[in-house]
Amino acid sequence: MTKKEWPLWEVFIRSKQGLSHKHVGSLRAADSEMAIENARDVYTRRSEGISIWVTESNNLFASNPSDADSLYEPSDSKVYRHPTFYDVPDGIEHM
Amino acid sequence: MKEQDISRLEQIFQEKIDNDIKIEPRDWMPDRYRQTLIRQISQHAHSEIVGMLPEGNWITRAPNLRRKAVLLAKVQDEAGHGLYLYSAAETLGADREQTIDDLHSGVAKYSSIFNYPTISWADMGAIGWLVDGAAIMNQVPLCRCSYGPYARAMVRVCKEESFHQRQGFEIMVNLMKGTPEQKAMAQDAFNRFWWPSLMMFGPSDADSKHTAQSVAWKIKRHTNDELRQMFVDATIPQAELIGLTIPDKDLKWNEERGHYDFGEINWDEFWQVVKGNGPCNKDRVDTRRKAKENGMWVREAANAYAEKRKVRKAS
Ligand SMILES: [Fe+2]
Ligand SMILES: [Fe+2]
Repeated sequence: MTKKEWPLWEVFIRSKQGLSHKHVGSLRAADSEMAIENARDVYTRRSEGISIWVTESNNLFASNPSDADSLYEPSDSKVYRHPTFYDVPDGIEHM
Repeated sequence: MKEQDISRLEQIFQEKIDNDIKIEPRDWMPDRYRQTLIRQISQHAHSEIVGMLPEGNWITRAPNLRRKAVLLAKVQDEAGHGLYLYSAAETLGADREQTIDDLHSGVAKYSSIFNYPTISWADMGAIGWLVDGAAIMNQVPLCRCSYGPYARAMVRVCKEESFHQRQGFEIMVNLMKGTPEQKAMAQDAFNRFWWPSLMMFGPSDADSKHTAQSVAWKIKRHTNDELRQMFVDATIPQAELIGLTIPDKDLKWNEERGHYDFGEINWDEFWQVVKGNGPCNKDRVDTRRKAKENGMWVREAANAYAEKRKVRKAS
């Protein structure tokens, strides 16, 4: 008996037109077409989506969780990137 | 890693847990947390998969097309639940094939309720209502579990479970409105599944060795006995409403506690079934093992086909 396992795929689903695809989980499949077919059965049994993306999990590259602080920190110190940083004179309603 | 580094990491980890910040797959976590989750999530996955068997037994014999479509959809959901959970276990580094082989070799456990036979159609009612009902009691708090992928899988599962319980209760309601034979069938199924359903919450708190640590890690939010009591309190009025007699002479409402008191569970039976001596343990595991062995050629063929397609695309 061969021991070759089907590869792992990450599944992303667009729940409706106008929204971006969102990660919903993973599954095993022999190839991309089967991954999409399986994703339809596993993740969209109740009209959760109208479009499916799959990618083999080992093609996904991620930032290191311990870098989370360094990703956030520089932006936290740059409050002028947010509109609330600025004074708007009274009388101006929409800006 | 140096010892002080580990204790520092453990401290950061516990702070996250205490502040209700979810742990995600690539975050540092203590080995025991990882192992506890792998064991719990894979057991949970096995329960979903083995749980298809007692109900699958009745799909071809459902009394009408509506019931058949419903039962088929429910069993398919359980397959889905198993798959979400195996995937969640894989995020912790568990090897999927190994996990499944552990079930087949008897190393891994699954919920002992599925080791009872389903001998009449009314059992489909009792299982949906009681077994899925008990599963919901267990699973709702797991939606807030500290491990992100497990919690997210539980959110999906819980959304799907509510129809499972309702379809089962509907079967019971209809049987209880039927002929004396139908009523007797419903009562019989209730008698057989009531106590095993209470056992689904696991050993009593005094005998549950993992509970304290799991609560501290926010994997568990309630103890086994708390969940069992919630289930009894919710289910008794439903049984009474449709005219079922509860097979427990010690059952009575305790005004002071605001809960039902109920009789002693037969723990000897519980441990016997857990250890593999229930009425269907061997049958269930054999069926799963055969499914894998007999389906192996499909998996190999799919691999060969994928390979062929890859070559064709490249040329
Ligand atoms: Fe389920
Ligand atoms: Fe269910």
